[in-house]
Amino acid sequence: MSRYLIKRIGQAIVVLWAAFTVSFVLLQALPGDAILIKFLNPELGLGPEQIADIRASYAADVSVPVQYFHTVANFLTGNFGYSIQAGVPVGDVLVANLPPTIWLAALGFMLAVVVAVGISALSVLTPFIWVRSLFRSLPSLFISTPVFWLGILLIQIFSFQLKLIPVINPGPWQALVLPVLTLAVPISAPLAQVLMRNIDHVLTEPFVAVARAKGASRRWVLWRHVAKNAVLPTLTIAGILFGELLAGAVVTEAVFGLNGIGGLTQRAVTNQDIAVLQAIVVFSAAAFVIINLVVDLLYPVFDPRLRSKGEVVA
Amino acid sequence: MTSLNSTGRSMVRTDAAVIASVSSTLRRTRERAFISSATHLLRMLRHIPVGLVLAWLVIGVAVLWALIPDLFTSYSATIGVARQQLRAPSAEHWFGTDALGRDLYARIVYGAGNSLTGAFVAVGVGLIVGTALGLVAGSARSRVDGAIMRSVDVLLSIPQLLLSLSIVILLGFGTVNAAIAVGITSIASFARLARSEVVRVRSSDYVEAAFGSGGTFGRVLMRHVLPNSLTSVIGLAALQFGSAILAISTLGFLGYGAPPPTPEWGLLIAEGRNYIARAWWLTTVPGIILILVVLSANRISESFSRSRS
Repeated sequence: MSRYLIKRIGQAIVVLWAAFTVSFVLLQALPGDAILIKFLNPELGLGPEQIADIRASYAADVSVPVQYFHTVANFLTGNFGYSIQAGVPVGDVLVANLPPTIWLAALGFMLAVVVAVGISALSVLTPFIWVRSLFRSLPSLFISTPVFWLGILLIQIFSFQLKLIPVINPGPWQALVLPVLTLAVPISAPLAQVLMRNIDHVLTEPFVAVARAKGASRRWVLWRHVAKNAVLPTLTIAGILFGELLAGAVVTEAVFGLNGIGGLTQRAVTNQDIAVLQAIVVFSAAAFVIINLVVDLLYPVFDPRLRSKGEVVA
Repeated sequence: MTSLNSTGRSMVRTDAAVIASVSSTLRRTRERAFISSATHLLRMLRHIPVGLVLAWLVIGVAVLWALIPDLFTSYSATIGVARQQLRAPSAEHWFGTDALGRDLYARIVYGAGNSLTGAFVAVGVGLIVGTALGLVAGSARSRVDGAIMRSVDVLLSIPQLLLSLSIVILLGFGTVNAAIAVGITSIASFARLARSEVVRVRSSDYVEAAFGSGGTFGRVLMRHVLPNSLTSVIGLAALQFGSAILAISTLGFLGYGAPPPTPEWGLLIAEGRNYIARAWWLTTVPGIILILVVLSANRISESFSRSRS
């Protein structure tokens, strides 16, 4: 088991290193220079020598392989470079912008779980076929809906038509209601799809037929036998959901003007603030790799069937 | 018939009666045939998936908008009509007008060109590069396979939006650049699917036979493996078409796509955002059109994967 653990952690580190290299190649090694964009501005009145000095202070004037090793060493020691627009260390910017995004993502995810469980339960339990198929088609509608449009629509309905949530100076909780709703919709769709597929699959298993034959009601079977077995496989899409949450946060924060990691990402792209974007890319890749690693390692803990198989193999 | 030696007249009459009876039976059988063919037709109609037909219809209209926009509207997409600003939808302006008096319907029709071209470019990049990688990985096996598929996995570890943003920073803003960025993010899924299909086809008997009858590696790959692996890849392409439209419109909304006067669906919604208090149609209508097109593309891709299984 410990050898398996070491192998999996080793693989995760290799993927992470590769993701870092990809982001380095895309953002740093290839042309496009944020320092030139900021300081070549004629209003600043800087001569070519001064710009060369600034470039040297950001270590942008050395060869690409040297830059690469610099960046690797810096990332390993927790130095993620300087935000060229803000003029402060990237680490500080990230920490300052993290809390709103964590709130948004956590609440949005919880609401998405509630919505997804609701949709998939109703798609099985409702007595009318047409209602069931209505619930079944909801996730594909959610997936096809642009997140930014949904946010604007919600502002239109709740702030301008119903006047429930003020546009100017809403309270801290009021300000979160619409972004959380907006973010929950795209997250709930893949969750509900996986849940429904699992429920369909588990319903065809023999143990369900046995439970039914023993006289258990449909509802009882669903909650006692099917639910447990259908929820587990949703763990496998945790990594994908994380990516969706992050992408959703970028768009949602752009729509609602929130100042989190999403807003930071958008500003970094607009201003070509490469150090910031690279740190965000590397961190999200790290989070993705860690989530997948944890899911892989924890899965046998939750599913005894896999555990016994694993022990036989080991 | 009463007598055999009847007059010619009665002969004629009997003939007429025979003909009449024959023709009436004929008519009856024809009616029956008609009724049966009608019920057949009805049965066939009932088996036609209405949703799928509607989906093709939506995509067809969108493609026509992209190809011949001037046939669908007489208004300009970029030049506004004076004193017609922010008009609500009416018979004159189906979807209303924006703050510069530009007809929203015209802007959506002309915007289809940008959005669909972008989606085609994105799917093309993903399809060609991804399938090529998958084909090489699936047929080469061993180390080359491992190397290609691991590097493809790395692409999957970076969230799609962040990856496309990194590529957009590199290429610069614009519709085609945004489309290429979106396309690169889909390379991984194309490569994985193509590889699994190639591995499946390669182990089949007819490929063995093709090799056995003296086919070279490249020829067998192009003549047998590739065509037989393509069906499910095409299904994925249809699915990616829908999500590419969404992703490109998202980049457009964030301001990394086409520059402002261009009618692009994501940009239309972004521009309408400043007028949500006064002009609901500026954001609502393009969004609904976008959803309809994406839903239709997804429905069509679903029909591909159903017919395969």
